Amino acid sequence: MKLVRDTWLVLTRQLVLMLRNPVWLFVGVLQPLYFLVLFGPLLRPVLGGADAFTTFVPGLLVMLAQFGTLFVGFGLLAELRAGIIERMRVTPVSRLALLLGRTGRDIVMLLAQASILVAVAIPFGLSVKAVNLLLTFVLLSLVAQLLSAVSYAIALKLRSEDAFAPLLNAASTPILLLSGIFLPMTLAPAWLRHISEWNPFSWAVQAARALFAGHPGDPHVWKALVILGGLAIASAAWAARSFARGVR
Amino acid sequence: MMIATRGLRKSFRGRKGAVTAVAGVDLVVRDGEIFGFLGPNGAGKTTTLRLLATLMTPDGGDATVAGVDLRQAPGEVRRRIGYVAQDGATWGEVTAREELVHQARLYGVGRAEARRRADAAVRAFQLDAFADRRCKTYSGGQRRRVDIALGVIHQPRLVFLDEPTTGLDPQSRAHMWAEVRRMRAEGMTVFLTTHYLEEADALCDRVAIIDNGEIVVEGTPTDLKREISGEVVKVGLDGGDPRAPALLRGEPYVRGIEPTADGVRLYVDDGATAMPRIMRTLDGSGIALRSIELHRPSLDDVFLARTGRSLRDDA
Repeated sequence: MKLVRDTWLVLTRQLVLMLRNPVWLFVGVLQPLYFLVLFGPLLRPVLGGADAFTTFVPGLLVMLAQFGTLFVGFGLLAELRAGIIERMRVTPVSRLALLLGRTGRDIVMLLAQASILVAVAIPFGLSVKAVNLLLTFVLLSLVAQLLSAVSYAIALKLRSEDAFAPLLNAASTPILLLSGIFLPMTLAPAWLRHISEWNPFSWAVQAARALFAGHPGDPHVWKALVILGGLAIASAAWAARSFARGVR
Repeated sequence: MMIATRGLRKSFRGRKGAVTAVAGVDLVVRDGEIFGFLGPNGAGKTTTLRLLATLMTPDGGDATVAGVDLRQAPGEVRRRIGYVAQDGATWGEVTAREELVHQARLYGVGRAEARRRADAAVRAFQLDAFADRRCKTYSGGQRRRVDIALGVIHQPRLVFLDEPTTGLDPQSRAHMWAEVRRMRAEGMTVFLTTHYLEEADALCDRVAIIDNGEIVVEGTPTDLKREISGEVVKVGLDGGDPRAPALLRGEPYVRGIEPTADGVRLYVDDGATAMPRIMRTLDGSGIALRSIELHRPSLDDVFLARTGRSLRDDA
């Protein structure tokens, strides 16, 4: 099928480029690692001893998925300026593949980083079942697909780093804080909790926590998968249209 | 016909309302020719090119590109054309050969065939010396050659080149002209835009000049220039011999004549053949010639005559 072949073509090129400069993969995982090592121990007395990491690590994974992907639009802006996107748009390559190849690269990168983070957290006393970890990775992939598509669509719309950076900063901080990443939103006052219920990433964090706690049957899990799956499809449609902009 | 457009239109929403970039363009480009598209900056050159290359959808009008209806089947147009943007399209971290293989594969070619085509392109465009170095190390001329090689890797019947020689040194420019002629010799139709009037004159079989989104004139460079005023031959005579104007007025190739302070100015269709005849006529009557000069009108004169402005000022 043409879409699969084209996506694979775009994805492999992006992966080759990533491997030529793998330092970014490690730089990207540094921020959550700092939180894990320098902030995690602080949470132990607050969140009740050894279980603290079961609560904290899923939050860090979602944070990694958010911040690893929200900024991918910068890479696309560089490609736009180099004329790469335009060159590909005059070929018969599928417009959706131009998007999915790139978001695919972002997902691969995220899962590599998430594996590093989990591996580092295990000596701190984290324990999670393989199948639950796998489900968490599916969830993270949906978050990454959603946010990198959004990032690409906005980059294609704005076409300027000067506008892109402040917009991302303005949007990312409330999304992060309302996800309940550092502390569960159950500690929040009612009004804050109500707002966070409208934040899909808050659902992702709760689902990931349920999975790490060993409760794959928790309704948060399937609800988060449905919510993020739906949003991922919608954002892919939006971003693919941006890639095809002015072209049918 | 490789390209035929009728009333092609495109406007953009600007801060001060709609801006019309292309206001009804009618163009014909024939099979196998090098077609030059001229105009001042902002005249609609690049927009027209981007419309024809399916990068934008027209607001109105019709176009057939490489035998396919542009509005009905842009996907099929894409398969048949190549497009090389003005600012290039290589990525610094990969080599030219990798780019060529990937580009071929974007057209649906298999891996082995894509490699073969990339190798052939490296040979044809003489990229051997640097094809396996990363693109960021290339000179401007090298990069431009890679861009063109990428644009025709799928052997299209028609290729669009947006200002292929802008910013190149004279040697690279000469090289580029040779490449363009070679592509025509291989049966490709080349549609290029250029700032350089001499380039359009020397390289293109036919040209069109666009201004304010409309085609001002279209034809071969020679015809267009001839249409203006023919050519001018300035003859210098010792003491401005009074017999000369009367003598030359009767010659069949002279379209107009004007006495000047030290000779005559003659308007002729073709200066190259008129000059020896002028010299013979004057010699035969014993009139001493001091100097003879030929002024050929340039494409700039064509633009000037049609619009009252000089193309060169904006270019």
